[in-house]
Amino acid sequence: MKLIKAIVRPNKVDDVKDALGRVSLSGMTVTEVRGHGKQKGHTAIYRGKEYDVSLLPKMEIEVVVPDNLVDDAVAAIIKAARTGEIGDGRVFVIPVEQSYRIRTGERSDT
Amino acid sequence: MRAAIVLALVCVVLPIGALHAQSTAGAPVAAPPAQTDLAKLDQRLTAAQSSADNAWMLVSAALVLMMTGPGLALFYGGLVRQKNTLAIMIQSFALMALITVLWAFVGYSLCFSEGTPIIGGFGHVLLRGVGVDPNADYAATIPQLTFMVYQLMFAIITPALITGATAERMKFSGTVVFMALWSLFVYAPLAHMVWGKGGMLNATLGGRFPTLDFAGGTVVHISSGVSALVCALYLGKRTGYPKEPMPPHSLVLSFIGACLLWVGWFGFNAGSALASNGLATSAFVATHFGAASATIGWLAAEWLMRGRPSALGAISGAVAGLVAITPASGFVAPVPAMIIGLAAGIGCFVMVTIAKARFGYDDALDAFGVHGAGGTIGALLTGVFATQSVNPIFHDSQGRSLPVGWVDGNASQIGYQLVGIATAWIVALVGSIVLLKVTDLVVGVRASADQELEGLDLTEHGEEAYNLEM
Repeated sequence: MKLIKAIVRPNKVDDVKDALGRVSLSGMTVTEVRGHGKQKGHTAIYRGKEYDVSLLPKMEIEVVVPDNLVDDAVAAIIKAARTGEIGDGRVFVIPVEQSYRIRTGERSDT
Repeated sequence: MRAAIVLALVCVVLPIGALHAQSTAGAPVAAPPAQTDLAKLDQRLTAAQSSADNAWMLVSAALVLMMTGPGLALFYGGLVRQKNTLAIMIQSFALMALITVLWAFVGYSLCFSEGTPIIGGFGHVLLRGVGVDPNADYAATIPQLTFMVYQLMFAIITPALITGATAERMKFSGTVVFMALWSLFVYAPLAHMVWGKGGMLNATLGGRFPTLDFAGGTVVHISSGVSALVCALYLGKRTGYPKEPMPPHSLVLSFIGACLLWVGWFGFNAGSALASNGLATSAFVATHFGAASATIGWLAAEWLMRGRPSALGAISGAVAGLVAITPASGFVAPVPAMIIGLAAGIGCFVMVTIAKARFGYDDALDAFGVHGAGGTIGALLTGVFATQSVNPIFHDSQGRSLPVGWVDGNASQIGYQLVGIATAWIVALVGSIVLLKVTDLVVGVRASADQELEGLDLTEHGEEAYNLEM
């Protein structure tokens, strides 16, 4: 079981969601985040005072997937979120030890 | 000839009489009226004019109040950081209440009752003698109550303008005490000197130095703008300024506020004709043209120097133009109004973007850069472009109209404008320093660094502007 954490452009969230649906993954968590990688920000000027807007808005998508679906899911995310320009984002895959369903208390390891 | 005039009067007044349900149906129109009828007609004509003037002046008073709340409150509210939104808005609103009460007690009297050339007396304390009868010295066709409440709206917005310089770091208690004192010891003398009967700068009612200030370039804008600079220097910079970014939290709010200011300014300037007449129209037109060309001036300067025209630049330019045209509005033709606007748009842009950075004072929302600079530019250029063809304000002993501004050939008016400007600067500078010191000793002026960090909304008022979480 792995946690896939994808940081993508805000306008790519729906595409990624649809793509993950096609590899039969339904649950996901989406968070608004700010950050930067290689992409440079903008300069904002208010009454002559310049501000570097270097932390750009991104969306973070988290999904937990069974080991056998990790490669498909990552491929689907990359395909859906890519524009080819700097600033497309990152995908991280992190091992998950345990997982519980709150409603029933049951433990699922896949 | 006389009969023809009387007939014309009858035609004009009859329908108005009918509206008042005081039937004049019995009066034979064609018959030569008796002397008493003439007097009656005259009375009705006066009443009709008074009704028209009063309607416009009440609307103008409401428009000027609208400039403070919501206009200025939104304009400033959007320019501060989110954590100080309510704190700056409540300052404008609290002044609407506080200055009103002070105005009834002594404010109006100190501004407009007869006194010395420096300040008015106590003749109208508690609004004594202020009723529906006009005060012919100021406005002969409207109730003095209307004049009083109209002038009150000016007294409200002027200290509210200063809050732009004290934003995000001045305590609420300090603001209240300082503004109350300021209204009595800086605003009242200046208003009396320029507009009060016998004031030393009054252009029509016996002033030693006749200064042209139609709607408040010296009284409102130089006074508040210069005091704003004093406040910014006395309070010191906001914690973190200029290193930490402090961008406006919602230019949408500022945008709405600026639009309300522009509209409200018609009441401010055109209303200063104190009648619904051609002069009011002239001031209305000059106001609009001045604001438009200042918007273009600021935007063009910004576009050339920074590469991009901004929404904040557009609305700042408009306000700068409205400030500068204020003293000139009832004296200049539309084209000179545009020249004044352009000068203010570019001049204030330079003040706000270059001078402020060079001198390093933290005039948080540019109250000095826009109102102090724009007011000074406008007051000076009023002396250049004022013309008797718009407002024949000066007469010789035979009642003939005399030149008004430099364009008319009266170059000495520039000198009087400089006297007015210098007086306003000095009164504002000295008065504000003294009153800040007094306020500081009594309640303190500056919020603590912790308060600043957490925001004045929570620490001073116990509430937040936005609770948007689910």
